[in-house]
Amino acid sequence: MTAFFHHFMYDFRVGLRDKSLLLLNYLFPLGFYLLMGFLMTGLNPTFAPTMIPAMILVAVMACTMLGLPNPVVESREAGIFRSFRINGVPALSIVTIPVLTSFAHVILVSIIITVTAVPFFNAGIPTNWGWFVMIGLLTIFNFASLGMLIGVVSASARSIVLFSQLIFLPSMILGGLMIPSSMLPPALFRVSLLLPTVHSMNAWTSLAFNMKPVFDPRWSLLILLSSGVIAYVLAIYLFNWDSKNRRRGRNPLLALITWVPYILGAIFLVS
Amino acid sequence: MQDEVVSVKDFCKIYGNVNAVDGISFEVHRGEIFGLLGPNGAGKTTTLESLEGLRQPTSGSLSILGVNPTLQSQKLNNLIGVQLQASGLPGSMTTKEAMEFFCAYHHVAPRPDLLVRLGLGEKLASQYSTLSTGLQRRLSLALAIAHDPPVVLLDEPTAGLDVGSRVELHEVMRELKAKGSTIILATHDMAEAEKMTDRVAILLKGKIVATGSPTQLTATGSGLVKISVSTEASCLLTNTTDFPEVSQKLLKDEYAIYYSRNAGATVPPIFDYLKEHDDRLVDLRVERPSLEDRFLEITQPDHSEGGKS
Repeated sequence: MTAFFHHFMYDFRVGLRDKSLLLLNYLFPLGFYLLMGFLMTGLNPTFAPTMIPAMILVAVMACTMLGLPNPVVESREAGIFRSFRINGVPALSIVTIPVLTSFAHVILVSIIITVTAVPFFNAGIPTNWGWFVMIGLLTIFNFASLGMLIGVVSASARSIVLFSQLIFLPSMILGGLMIPSSMLPPALFRVSLLLPTVHSMNAWTSLAFNMKPVFDPRWSLLILLSSGVIAYVLAIYLFNWDSKNRRRGRNPLLALITWVPYILGAIFLVS
Repeated sequence: MQDEVVSVKDFCKIYGNVNAVDGISFEVHRGEIFGLLGPNGAGKTTTLESLEGLRQPTSGSLSILGVNPTLQSQKLNNLIGVQLQASGLPGSMTTKEAMEFFCAYHHVAPRPDLLVRLGLGEKLASQYSTLSTGLQRRLSLALAIAHDPPVVLLDEPTAGLDVGSRVELHEVMRELKAKGSTIILATHDMAEAEKMTDRVAILLKGKIVATGSPTQLTATGSGLVKISVSTEASCLLTNTTDFPEVSQKLLKDEYAIYYSRNAGATVPPIFDYLKEHDDRLVDLRVERPSLEDRFLEITQPDHSEGGKS
């Protein structure tokens, strides 16, 4: 347990010490939050009521999609995981600790956003704090597991950019952050159901902010939970200590199983 | 000295269609420093990595203190200390964090004394990426031995080190040996191997081509002694006389160099020759073949000095 604590504290400190991680974990989401707060609340009156969850989602994605996977690939390529293995660091710790430190970073940013958004930008306040926190934790778990899985299956930093942007960019546009997903054309709405952000926003706005759901939020919770668990388990299963010693029979394409709950949702939730 | 600590039997490792290690066997005893020598691609690192549990043997068996590195990696972790060839540490990790981190996973208290002993006392807050190569190597060594492992595996430990750091590292190796630790050292540095090891195995294309103590190995070579002579009038440089037992003569930097099978039979006639030609001796060196000479003789028979006669 002492080792796990040292590892966690080290990983957390790196998230503050490393300039690129500091940017992705804190500076970018908080800067974006301020920008959106000043611009969007004036331009789009429907934005303020959902501003807090939307901006927390940006923080979650910046930390987990853009920040988390890269150190995983870099450590594998530099032989750091080999050194960890020789010294008894279990694969479970290597996969779990970045997920946990993502929780820590995102929770800190979320607190700043939640505390300041109401007085500064007249943002909507959660009506059910229990659901607000629960959905937040579920969202972080889902994205952090996904980020770890991307790091585990990516062969290089270029692959990470590709995979991460495949989720990050569509989520920013179609994910219900800037425009409610209910306003999307039916075809795009169906596509948007493949994105975790749509389910987080649907669950958050309906259960924690008492707004009308786009579809039953229980399905969103189930999809987020199941895909998060699948991603986390696959990240452990597909984890490689070094790039030259890939485990036989463990095909990285298995990572696509993570999308099964979203695909099922896209098929059945709008049928 | 005879307790078997490391055992390698008929070890083979095949990558695709490349036979990286081809049926090698050796054992290392308690308190011994064992050198693995060989040119690049000979199989040294593959052997070490298999002993560290990082690679699975294609066939054969490996054990460290009775532990199978592949199947019992958890047990192995506390038995071995490893200094890898590559860095193996995150660039943003400080020296102090690295010591705390690895000691925590080995369930031992951190060893700041070791960091001070290896000249890292003033670098506790420095990040790994900001340390010089020498200090990075020292830190890797400190981490490898912090949990007092009975077996230490060192892969090119002195590569890129300055003379001072190298001497310091050798001193640490001697201390470990004195405490009863067993050390396996993979190196390209023949002088280091000759100075530090009790026994060596020379690997070539995945096979052990020679094994024994450095003294035994050098004695079993061509046996040619190198005799270098420099004189005031340099009469030997133009001499065409053959001296007894000489198999080859070279001229280099005012020196006549003879490779002789018997120095006792060669040197007196050289003195006689100098006397006859009224020349005076400036320098005379008689050197037995070094481990490097023997290594070259084994690994590059066409290029070794003295082997071209």
